[in-house]
Amino acid sequence: MTDWIEVAHIDDIPRQGARVVKTAAGDIAVFRTVDDEVFALRDKCPHKGGPLSQGIVHGRKVACPLHDWKINLDSGLAVAPDVGCAARYPVRVVDGAVSLSLTPEA
Amino acid sequence: MSRMKLVLVGNGMAGMRTLEELLKAAPDLYDITVFGDEPHPNYNRIMLSPVLAGEQTVEQIVLNSRDWYADNGIKLHTGKRVVKIDRKNRFVETDDGTRENYDRLLLATGSKSFILPVPGADLPGVIGFRDIADVDAMISASGQYKTAVVIGGGLLGLEAANGLKLRGMDVSVVHIAPWLLERQMDEPASRLLQKNLEEKGLKFLLQKQTAELVRGESGRVCALKFKDGETIAADLVVMAVGIRPNTALAESAGLQCNRGLVVNDTMQTFDPRIYAVGECVSHRGIAYGLVAPLFEQARVCANHLAEHGVARYQGSMTSTKLKVTGIDLFSAGNFMGGEGHEEIVLQDAGRGSYKKLVLKDNKLAGAVLYGDTLDGAWYFELMRDATDVSDFRDKLLFGRHHIGDSGAGGGMGDEMSRVMALPDTAEICGCNGVCKGDIIKAVREKKLFTLDEVRAHTKASGSCGSCTGLVETILAATAGGDYSTAPSKKPLCGCTEHTHDEIRAAIVEQGFKTTQEAMRGLGWKTPDGCTKCRPALNYYLLCAWPTEYVDDVQSRYINERAHGNIQKDGSFSVVPRMWGGLTNPKELRAIADVAEKFNVPEVKVTGGQRIDLFGIRKEDLPAVWKDLSDAGFVSGHAYGKAMRTVKTCVGSQWCRFGTQDSTGLGVKMEQLTWGSWMPHKFKLAVSGCPRNCAEATIKDFGVVCVDSGYELHVGGNGGIKVRITDLLTKVETEAQVLEFCAAFTQLYREEAHYLERTAPWVERVGLSHIKAKVVEDAANRKQLAERFLISQKPAQVDPWKERTAGALKREFMPLTA
Repeated sequence: MTDWIEVAHIDDIPRQGARVVKTAAGDIAVFRTVDDEVFALRDKCPHKGGPLSQGIVHGRKVACPLHDWKINLDSGLAVAPDVGCAARYPVRVVDGAVSLSLTPEA
Repeated sequence: MSRMKLVLVGNGMAGMRTLEELLKAAPDLYDITVFGDEPHPNYNRIMLSPVLAGEQTVEQIVLNSRDWYADNGIKLHTGKRVVKIDRKNRFVETDDGTRENYDRLLLATGSKSFILPVPGADLPGVIGFRDIADVDAMISASGQYKTAVVIGGGLLGLEAANGLKLRGMDVSVVHIAPWLLERQMDEPASRLLQKNLEEKGLKFLLQKQTAELVRGESGRVCALKFKDGETIAADLVVMAVGIRPNTALAESAGLQCNRGLVVNDTMQTFDPRIYAVGECVSHRGIAYGLVAPLFEQARVCANHLAEHGVARYQGSMTSTKLKVTGIDLFSAGNFMGGEGHEEIVLQDAGRGSYKKLVLKDNKLAGAVLYGDTLDGAWYFELMRDATDVSDFRDKLLFGRHHIGDSGAGGGMGDEMSRVMALPDTAEICGCNGVCKGDIIKAVREKKLFTLDEVRAHTKASGSCGSCTGLVETILAATAGGDYSTAPSKKPLCGCTEHTHDEIRAAIVEQGFKTTQEAMRGLGWKTPDGCTKCRPALNYYLLCAWPTEYVDDVQSRYINERAHGNIQKDGSFSVVPRMWGGLTNPKELRAIADVAEKFNVPEVKVTGGQRIDLFGIRKEDLPAVWKDLSDAGFVSGHAYGKAMRTVKTCVGSQWCRFGTQDSTGLGVKMEQLTWGSWMPHKFKLAVSGCPRNCAEATIKDFGVVCVDSGYELHVGGNGGIKVRITDLLTKVETEAQVLEFCAAFTQLYREEAHYLERTAPWVERVGLSHIKAKVVEDAANRKQLAERFLISQKPAQVDPWKERTAGALKREFMPLTA
């Protein structure tokens, strides 16, 4: 059973952009791609902890603003040749309402 | 649905690279079968010379292990030669009768040594130098016999001779031309090389033509007889007089061949189901033998096999390096010169160094470097970009660091040995902390062949680029020598085939008004670009349509989106503008108040004479800006690819040496240029006299006041590559300074590539070009200045004030859960 917490309307998140959600479990970045897909990752690059929410979103990837590592939004994995993973959080959009779960996916 | 069948004939580097690229692009499209006539899996053929020389082992040069084939579901047949292609029924057949059907066939049959058609050429002890079997034969001969003769004084011949010598044999090189490597070097360079190799114990017989190989009593070759009647003893003869494409199989199947299997720009043969890559191929009449162009072909071919259908191979320009440890040689292009060509030559026999550059119409047409090859990559770049070198022709020969590159360090002779003698722990890339051992490990383990690949995997030379030469040297020594070939044109990024210039021209000519329109119109390969092309397109569109373009905020890097500099902890820094570096107690008090109110952890004076407030949380930025804005400050744009600051000295108002009002002029220049988006950051300075206290001669646009007027200097840089400005011109009035400043700035805005500072831009297009547009053509100067003023109108709106008033609020407001 997932505990969904509504955090925003999809229009509050810029297309090809992200918003930071301040939570008890730390900062979570919620991304919206050019095709209006929504993803959520821990707002910390696996490289040196850069805030992924501040990166440029392109395709299903975000580029960390600190050293330009590319992170896959759907898996949280760094794009090769870099190696690392940002935790994913369950996210859903119902009638435009974006909800998060604070329990990261395994 | 059953998958299509792809058969690869030829288990070598080009064919296997194609499969690797294909598996990346479309992993599930084909059932793949590979045939190779050698008993080995794919190995790095370039490294056969080091194996022969005993510097590496066969195991070390294997590129794809048998496990790799199995893991990728590829059926591998080694030791089987395909002898028949049935195009009608679409199958291939091997010499042992194995048949395999195909939907697509890829031929990568490579090439074979050309064996001189002389009597005795088929004797035991006579071999070529193409594969592991040849190397094994040479190594085993070196254990049993004494004398070796290598026929052919080309790259391969010299590498074979060097290896056999290191294996203890007595080696002579027979060569038909008057000097060694006549296709790569001119005579003086070649003589230095010969002397060097003679010191290593090799012997040379030049202008000698082999007539016959003599059979000894044992049945093995025992001597060579030349056309002039002379003979020399030989227990082993290595033929290295050239290679011939292996086209027999293709020809037997009726595919058109003409000194190679003929392919088009999509690497297809005349049978559209059959593709071909590698040394067996003739593309636009050229058969390539170096790895980089072959990998470029592989990339294009894989793109089409994956049914993406967008890539084209348009030929490559190639350069050469010799893989003999301790000898550095580089050559590229037309190095012999000729009618209409000019030569610049430096010859220092004592130091064993020789450099020759061949120019045509003030552009570099060719180069030969011997001894000191550090600048080879740079010369190659100048050739590829067809850069007009007239402005730095006097320094061209001395290398890049003499025209401004201080970072690369001057390599003096035997660069390869110097670099390879460094310990593995030596730091090569100071920006990213990458050591020599890290690079070697990545090159070996990840099978890297190009500089771009090394950058992607290790980050070495990927930031400031000043260690590029060192990284290339390590790459050459580890993976093989011919990495430095580059495609003839350089696309903006992986999302497009178009260059910066093509894209800028298309935006204007085809009237693209948004990033999406431009991407669609120019056939972008990705849905919404990447971090390289999106910011570039946004800038190009903004520059082309200054009054109507709507900024694409999401395509801007965070610093420009948030109007502050992001720091390593995710906080931001704030730099208010201080015109010409002038300030007053009221402003300083306002800054002090902000620093206290927001608990700013650090306050620092910047290099551009401003005050920087560090450690501000993003959500506090609008409030900080409000206080600064209320005190009269606007953004200092210290975070943008934009006009930054005008640095000034005190000038005639106070200074006893000042000749003009440098501070006042600086303020006027800053009022003229602030707010302007640029291809890269842009810094200005005004010094009140030639003592130049404002350091105007390392700025993008610098003014040095003199008694009779103002010297205007451009293209300077005080960063990674310190570059002193070039003198643009001298003018008499402040009004002229402002007009030239606007015109130069606009020319840079309109012509430079995104992320290209003025220094490399000036070097790329040449100062003469800039003078022609800004100094000599007064009408054009006025038009440029006018266009700058038009674009400044919408640009000079303070972004801080807009955001203080609530614009783009959500950028700065976190959500909560």
